[in-house]
Order: sequence, then structure tokens, then C-alpha cells
Amino acid sequence: MLTGTGITAGYRDPVVTDVSLTVQPGRTTGLAGPSGSGKSTVARVLALLHKPFSGTVEIDGETVTGFRFKATQRTKIGVLFQQPRLSVDPRFTLRQAIAEPLRGGDVTELADLVMLTGDLLDRRPHEVSDGQLQRACLARALALKPRYLICDEMTTMLDASTTAALVGVIRAYQRESGAGVLAISHDATLLARWADETVRLSAPLPR
Amino acid sequence: MVNLEIDRVSVRFALQGATVEAVNDVSLRIRPGECVALVGESGCGKTVLASALLGFLPGNAETSGSARLGDVDLLAASDHELATTIRGRRIGLIPQSPASHLTPVRTARSQLEEAARVLGGDARKAAERAGLLPEHLDRYPHELSGGMAQRVANALALVGDPPLLIADEPTTGLDRDLVDGLLDEFRRLVDDGHAVLLITHDLAAAHRVADRIAVMYAGRIVEVGPAHAVLDDSRHPYARGLANALPERDFLPIPGQPPLLTDLPAGCAFAPRCAQATAVCEDRPVLTDDPHAVACHRPC
Repeated sequence: MLTGTGITAGYRDPVVTDVSLTVQPGRTTGLAGPSGSGKSTVARVLALLHKPFSGTVEIDGETVTGFRFKATQRTKIGVLFQQPRLSVDPRFTLRQAIAEPLRGGDVTELADLVMLTGDLLDRRPHEVSDGQLQRACLARALALKPRYLICDEMTTMLDASTTAALVGVIRAYQRESGAGVLAISHDATLLARWADETVRLSAPLPR
Repeated sequence: MVNLEIDRVSVRFALQGATVEAVNDVSLRIRPGECVALVGESGCGKTVLASALLGFLPGNAETSGSARLGDVDLLAASDHELATTIRGRRIGLIPQSPASHLTPVRTARSQLEEAARVLGGDARKAAERAGLLPEHLDRYPHELSGGMAQRVANALALVGDPPLLIADEPTTGLDRDLVDGLLDEFRRLVDDGHAVLLITHDLAAAHRVADRIAVMYAGRIVEVGPAHAVLDDSRHPYARGLANALPERDFLPIPGQPPLLTDLPAGCAFAPRCAQATAVCEDRPVLTDDPHAVACHRPC
């Protein structure tokens, strides 16, 4: 189980206050809420990329003690972001991007999983579409077989067919590995279809 | 007010050892008081078409065909002509990810007032119409939320009161309430007699606001017709697959991947992914000439 308890986090001022959230193995938790409600901040805390002001994160019963570069449990959690173009080194080919967490291992199986063909793997990010690049980012996120996958507005840049395809890949990975997924989106229709249960964050207080 | 008549436009990019056929033989008419949505997955050539209309293509692009706005052929016009008579004056552009198109070191107000001065518009009115409060205008781009940056981009695109508006993926990254507000704004503009070309991968948004939808696949328009007909009664297998992939419908992807624009098949570009394809699909289908047109030998 991936659990955040009483999370208060932000940047100087808190963006979220006392949020608790659980992601069960093998299940998909949706996280919804309007712009500015702190969805991405919660995602970054649970992905160990951002240290909360207070509250705890537990991964499979183990309390997280270090965040960001001190996060020793980093590889248990995979992350996908909204904009694949900002998440890949522009100098890498897709093959190198997927292989990065593997330290140069073979990417054939991962590329097959996300349906990227050989020719595309040798291209750099500016030579492929957002949909193809997000496929590579998903392959990279799954490279170390994470126990939990956090998808922060993963489908924003994608058309309906690519969205359905990537959700299908994630579901197949969950069936095989029992991984838990946190799916963040402002698209209620998508979450209703994708997630087993959905948590809503309320609108931010006007400042 | 005049029509935009896009007639057999193709755009190619010459790369070393390859040619990217980004837009192929696209014809489309947009009338005043009409919103046309151009939908398709990312990388299918939508943005390239919009860039061609505004003269924003890079140097290695070759175009053919014509795009007439009244007496001007946008593809043949010089950059000087586009800059002094077209951009902002006759065509307004709402770019993809507006926050990154604003000048980061100047406030929204200073950018809007400059545009108003150059184009002869009224900055205060444009800001008000876009739903911006004076205190928002004093912010720098990094202090604006996505929705606010979107409104600044709208105000900038509309301050010169252009009759045609091209919006490139304006709803990306906005939440549903903001999307609905933006689409309502487009609808008001259309009802006032503006023409809007909405480029999007968001079928729900296209369905909500557009009068007609054109579906693009591998640089070609494969289906165009009334919005509800294209979405609810699609005739092209690709358009049908895209509509059925929506989460409120089957939520199933179209099998396979789009072809590379450097290596397009000679026949129907969708045939390799199409369950209905037969030998006849090795010939390229032509877009029919009726109100709900389709380019397919075996339409649904």
C-alpha cells in the first residue's frame, strides 16, 4: 500500500493541507480537482520528489524518511508527467531515454509493451509526436518494475485513441505485477472509466 | 467578411535523405459565422496547416495549392504583407500553450497595450471581453495560472478584431470548467459573425462548439461534415475508431500506429490499421463531394 497521511505541502505557502490518500496494490485510485487544487503537489510528495511540511508517506508499510535526492525507495515508484517533451533529455534517442534507468540494458521488451517500433526508437524527441514520446516515457517509467505508478495528467496531450492505448498498457502491467496506480486528471469522464475509486481535492481558497 | 478557402494545400519538409509529407492535398472552406474543428492525433499535420496559413513555416518547407482569404493568397503572400495586413488584423492566432508564448519579462498589460497600439485596438475592452481583471494584467507570465494565461492569449488574438480566429489546441491543460468557458467564448465570437478554426485532439471540445468537424489522418482530411454526424455517425473507419476510443464510449484504442510521414503508403494511409481494408484500398481514396464527405473505399 502507498499511503500519504495528513500531508501538508507547498512552496513557501501550503498548497494542500492535511490530505490523506491511499493507493492499494493492483488498484487504481483517481485524484481529481480543479486547477490549483494541489493535485500535482500531492503527486510529487507521493513520488518522493517533494518534501512535505508535515505528514508521512508509507510504502508497503515502510515510512519514507528521505525525499528528493535522499529518497532511498525511489525505484519503487514510477512517474509519468503531463508534458513528455519536458520529461525527456532532447539529446537522447527514445531508445536511450527508455534505457536510462536500466543503465544501458535491452529495451526491446519495454518498447514492445508500449508498441514503439525500431525505427521510432532511433529518433530524438523532436522527431516524434507527443503520443509517441509519452509511450517512451511510460516504457521508461515501467523499466524498473515499480510497485506504484503515478500518472500526473498523463493524457492531457494525447488523442482519445492514444489515451485508451496507454491506459490499456498500464492495466496490463497492473494485472501482471499487482502494481497500484494513482491517476491524476481533471477529466471526470476519464477517471470514471479508468479509476476504481476517485478522491477529489477541493478548489483552492482565493488569495 | 469573406470565406477562408483552403484549396489542395500540401506542405512538405525536405530533410537529409527524406521528405516529410506533413499536409497532403487538404481542401477546406470556413465561412464567417462558422466554427470548424480540425481533429486528429498529435503529429498528423494539424499545426503545420495552421502555420502555413500564417506564414510561420520553417525555411525547408515547400507548399503547393492556395489558401485564399478574400483577395489574398496566404501561401503566396510575402512575409511583409502577412505581418502588416494579415496577422492579428485579419487572422488572430491563439497559440498552443499560451504561457510559453508570452514575453516572460513583461507584464500582460504591457504586451496587450503594445498589440492594441500596433493593431489599432482597445486594450481595456479586449481585456474585459476576455474576462481579465485589471489586477491580472499587472502580472508577469509566470504569475498567471493556465486559465489566466489563456485569457491573455485570447485578448491578444482578439484585440485587432480579426474576422478569422485560429486556435491551436487551446483547451490543453485546462480543467473542464475553464474549457467550457473558453468554448462558450468561441461560440459567442462565431455567433457575432467571426470564423473560427479550432485545432484540437479533444473530440468532446470539438463536438461542443464546432459546426463542422474535419478529421485529419496522416496529413489528409479523411472525413468532414456536421459535428454531430462526424462524431455520432462516422463514415471513415479512423474517425469511428477515434470516436469509440473516448472514455464515455468503448475506451478501446485503434490497433496499430499511424504511418511515418516520411514513408506514407501509396494507397489509403489508414489501410494497414483498418479492419475493413481490402485490395481496393491500395488505390488512394478521394474525398467525396457531399456535405458529409469521406475519403474511403469502404465507408462504415
